Amino acid sequence: MSLVRATVRRDLLLAARNPGEWANPLMFFLMVAALFPMAVDPNPEFLSKIAGGVIWVAALLATLLSLDSLYRADVEDGSLEQWLASGESLYAMSLGKALVHWCISGLPLTLMSPLLGVMLHLPEHAYFALFISLAVGTPVLSLLGAVGAALTASLRSGGLLLTLLILPLYVPVLIFAASAVYHAGIGMAYNGQVAMLGAMLALALALTPFAAGAALKLNLSR
Amino acid sequence: MWQWLVRLYHRLGSPKWFYEMTERWIFWLALAAGGSAIVGLVLGLLYAPADYQQGDSFRIIYIHVPAALLAQSAYMMMAVAGAVYLIWRMKMAAWVAKVIAPVGAAFCLIALLTGAIWGKPTWGTWWVWDARLTSMLMLLFLYFGVMALQQAMESEEASYKAGAILALVGLVNIPIIKYSVEWWNTLHQPATLKLTEKPSMHPDMLWPLLIMIVSTYLFFALVVILRTRNEILWHERKRQWVRKILES
Repeated sequence: MSLVRATVRRDLLLAARNPGEWANPLMFFLMVAALFPMAVDPNPEFLSKIAGGVIWVAALLATLLSLDSLYRADVEDGSLEQWLASGESLYAMSLGKALVHWCISGLPLTLMSPLLGVMLHLPEHAYFALFISLAVGTPVLSLLGAVGAALTASLRSGGLLLTLLILPLYVPVLIFAASAVYHAGIGMAYNGQVAMLGAMLALALALTPFAAGAALKLNLSR
Repeated sequence: MWQWLVRLYHRLGSPKWFYEMTERWIFWLALAAGGSAIVGLVLGLLYAPADYQQGDSFRIIYIHVPAALLAQSAYMMMAVAGAVYLIWRMKMAAWVAKVIAPVGAAFCLIALLTGAIWGKPTWGTWWVWDARLTSMLMLLFLYFGVMALQQAMESEEASYKAGAILALVGLVNIPIIKYSVEWWNTLHQPATLKLTEKPSMHPDMLWPLLIMIVSTYLFFALVVILRTRNEILWHERKRQWVRKILES
């Protein structure tokens, strides 16, 4: 366990010392969301209808952007061999890595989402739905993404491939989260959708670290 | 019975046994697949009554439904074969899983294309963002993902393992994707065939469909066996028994 804790601490420290790592996806998030009004229609009434979906698509793409580097450094500098040799459970390690990824991508996205809500004229009563759906949904994105990152960690052009592998798996999260925000916007109950997101989070927490752990071992048989 | 299954399983692990065994099956499989396809198509296209709402355009069902069914079960077979490889390290299973992926993707594409052709006269549009269409499209993307990952891996062993892990993750996700899009939006007619209910189709329309489904599965088995035999020949090309075959 201490190795996992040390790795998580080291990664968070690295991210703190190197702000580009977490700030660049955030900027990307902002810019993508800003493109929609320019490309589609700047009319507030129209924007307020699509705001939830646009913010979620942008969040999803921003998450993918920072996934690629999740395991790459560990594969390249030999940390991965050390983890395997140490006998530490890879399940815990993948869970820790997913947590790190969420702290540097999902969490800032969630905290910044109200700003985008303002820019896209999100209806006022939908803010909490947006916040809670991001808070529950982005950890699922990080957990699923960690599997893809582990699978492609030793590939040279892994980034694009990772996107292809992971995007279809993100569809359920996107559907329920965007639907929660939309329903909140038109004044309907959205607790069902948030409950589904919570169920997905529970499932992803329990299962994806197995897959990610198994995928990590592949990077040794290069 | 159990003993027999265990023995069959061990034998299936032997490429040589598989190669020699399937030698005899190919002819009969091809015959059965071709024959049932002819019977099913003739019955379906010529003798089944026209639909009272959709007229003759419904007849594309005899391609569409079998292809869609097969595309879904092929993914499952691929994932199971991948799991067998991951757990018991059986090489044959890895080859089968690798070989299934493009075939399943092709059937997925056929289902989507015939669906679009069917949708044009029925719904008046080639494509709608309907639940079943969307989940089929996602299935196609999952197939593409597995194939792309297998191709990108440098070592063969890693490509098998990575493909198997991704296929298993996808397998868990398929029902979630299916139900999430179903709640999201649906316009598609309900499933034609359900195991738990009496079919809503007239028997004259139903029989050709069932025959076509059997025929499609037989064809799939044939293609997978032929492709697996190719894999066997390639991977075992330095073995004595393969050399003998290649020389003769």
